[in-house]
Amino acid sequence: MKYVAGVDVGSTQTKAIIIDGNRTIVGRALLDMETSMVTVAQDAFKAALANADLTEDQVVHIAGTGYGRYKVTFGHEQVTEISCHARGAIALFPGTRTVIDIGGQDTKAIQVKPDGQVGDFTMNDKCAAGTGRFLGAASYALEMPLSELGPLALRSQNPVRITTTCTVFAETEIISHLAKGMLPEDVLMGVHQAITSRCVSLARRVGIASEVTFTGGVSRNVAIVKLLEQSLGMKVNVSPDAHFCGALGAALFSHDRVFGTQAAHSLQPAAVAA
Amino acid sequence: MTTELLERKAAATAEPTFDPRIDGQRLMKEWYAGLAEAPKRGQHVANVFVMGNAVEILRTFDFQLVFPEINSLQSGVRKASEEYIRLSEDYGMSPDVCSYVKADVGLILKENQHPAGLIPKAHIAVSSNMCSTFIKWAEIWERMLKIPTFVLDLPGQRGANWQVRPGDAQHAADSRWVEAQFRDLIEKCEKITGKRFDMDRLAEVEERVNKMVYHWNNVMALNRMCPAPYNAMLDGLTYIGIMNVYRGAPEGVEFMRRLEEQLKAQVARGEGRVAEERFRLLFSGTPCYVSMRRLVELFESWGGVFAYSDYLTFAAGGMDSGELVYDTSRPLESLAEVTARAAQRGLSNQFFAHERLEQQIRDYAVDGIVFHGIKSCRFVSSGMADTRDYLNKRLGVPSLYIESDLIDPRYWSDAQIKNRVDAFFESLHQRGGGAPLAAKTVPAEAGRTA
Repeated sequence: MKYVAGVDVGSTQTKAIIIDGNRTIVGRALLDMETSMVTVAQDAFKAALANADLTEDQVVHIAGTGYGRYKVTFGHEQVTEISCHARGAIALFPGTRTVIDIGGQDTKAIQVKPDGQVGDFTMNDKCAAGTGRFLGAASYALEMPLSELGPLALRSQNPVRITTTCTVFAETEIISHLAKGMLPEDVLMGVHQAITSRCVSLARRVGIASEVTFTGGVSRNVAIVKLLEQSLGMKVNVSPDAHFCGALGAALFSHDRVFGTQAAHSLQPAAVAA
Repeated sequence: MTTELLERKAAATAEPTFDPRIDGQRLMKEWYAGLAEAPKRGQHVANVFVMGNAVEILRTFDFQLVFPEINSLQSGVRKASEEYIRLSEDYGMSPDVCSYVKADVGLILKENQHPAGLIPKAHIAVSSNMCSTFIKWAEIWERMLKIPTFVLDLPGQRGANWQVRPGDAQHAADSRWVEAQFRDLIEKCEKITGKRFDMDRLAEVEERVNKMVYHWNNVMALNRMCPAPYNAMLDGLTYIGIMNVYRGAPEGVEFMRRLEEQLKAQVARGEGRVAEERFRLLFSGTPCYVSMRRLVELFESWGGVFAYSDYLTFAAGGMDSGELVYDTSRPLESLAEVTARAAQRGLSNQFFAHERLEQQIRDYAVDGIVFHGIKSCRFVSSGMADTRDYLNKRLGVPSLYIESDLIDPRYWSDAQIKNRVDAFFESLHQRGGGAPLAAKTVPAEAGRTA
């Protein structure tokens, strides 16, 4: 049986997904960006192979995505994470019309047409405010693992307003509030509200239509999910595979090439340095 | 002026080879060489902006013109702008200030040593309200270089959905207001140069501008052909540079005539700017001069060509519009009328951008529109969100918004921009891909204007 893969090389983590001809996920892997992009991409792919109990030659097509997509040197094509997140979100929730993706350094909002095409998109520009990096700053200042931030924030009774939009200054502001005796959960809730506010503002630029699907690593944060739902006034889809959405989308583009009608490389630009 | 007057009989002898890029670069080089030599020639020098500048009057007095905006953008093209910008920031200017202004202040701090040569000190600066920064910029020259300033007050937008129309009472009043200021400027120029104003010379300059505008409009119209013979945001920038710097000069007329001739031949041969034109695009906004070649490369790698840009409209200082032709039988009155109309068009740019772009989308049969926001110029970037929303919702035209700067390389983020460009083309492909060339027929109506 033939298999295809998608490898999403992000700013903080690399995700790999392998699917079969029926588009079923058979293997996955998630690695932190601790070595070079090329090495991590290869390691993630190998880990996904091991997870699926497959050998390299059984995977006939690999698509790279994410900022490091051109570092997936063993891949056959590159697709941007905008197209991949839209594609992955539609696969996870077919009614998706808006995708909100919050990653390590990127926040993006994608308008998806009923047929799955990308209608419009917008992203944060040259600034990591409102991204996962903002939570990273809070995690560092509070000396607390990322996974504990959301649950603690939800215990807040009097959220503190975080005024800075700069991720670097946020750390200073957090420390300053803590020094004044504010409770960590109140400070944290302020951080979560600041991220959500930036993110919703970005999403409104492309127009928010139901259903909204939340993807990317930050979708695992329960406080952000709750705040997003409050701000948007609607339920937000979050899949247990949301973190892998980009890699899944890339794998589905690979699936098109192998099992569908689209010729390989038909979407590729001429050679331009990444 | 009729079009027949401009048609030349077939030349008896072959003209020397003409290459728009090489000849354009040569002309710019000669221009800068001429600047440095102006004091030796005893020529008076005037600083002017590309919009609302009364260049025709200054040429009549034989002023050597200096375009500080062009100096700044040229420092960007030559990858030297950051040094000048940093100098001005060390001097105390905020990073938010227009990067053209900062590069110019850096130039002053470097004692006018520009990468293209020495820029002479001006005897007069003609500024206007075409951009709010122009006035403050001229004040910097006054303070730092003691250059006397003449600020033209050009009537602009009076209210929502309001446009002045030629021949109406408001346009007549605006024209009289502008003409009165031109008469003041003429008096000032007479004092500076010691020369009497010559109305016949003004008519001659205007006649040459009319010829340039005629060819310019035809050149713009030729890019309605598919494949487009040139890229509006690469080749087009060379053309507009010549249009501005040599406005009303014989070299400018000759360049534009030969350019039109060559592009016509190229169109007849079916030669496009790219080997396979898959997407026709419109660029809205001001260029990122430091990285324009790179940006165009990113688009052309997908077979995307900028068939048109509204930059070629508003940075042409009103020269693009077919009805803005000088009546050389009454040169000064006509100059005032055209200036008032061009200024109104320029100053109301943002209010009617959606209508203008809608027309250009049709004229140039574009598949998508690219908006380029400028970090250090909110003036040209602020209306883009509304325009983009309108075009997307009303016409369903796909668009891309990218942001960098005029000439500040610190605002260019290659990976981010490439990511957006790639995603834009992926979505265009998903919409049905680039139509085969045969399916695209774009009528070319030479002489029609956008």
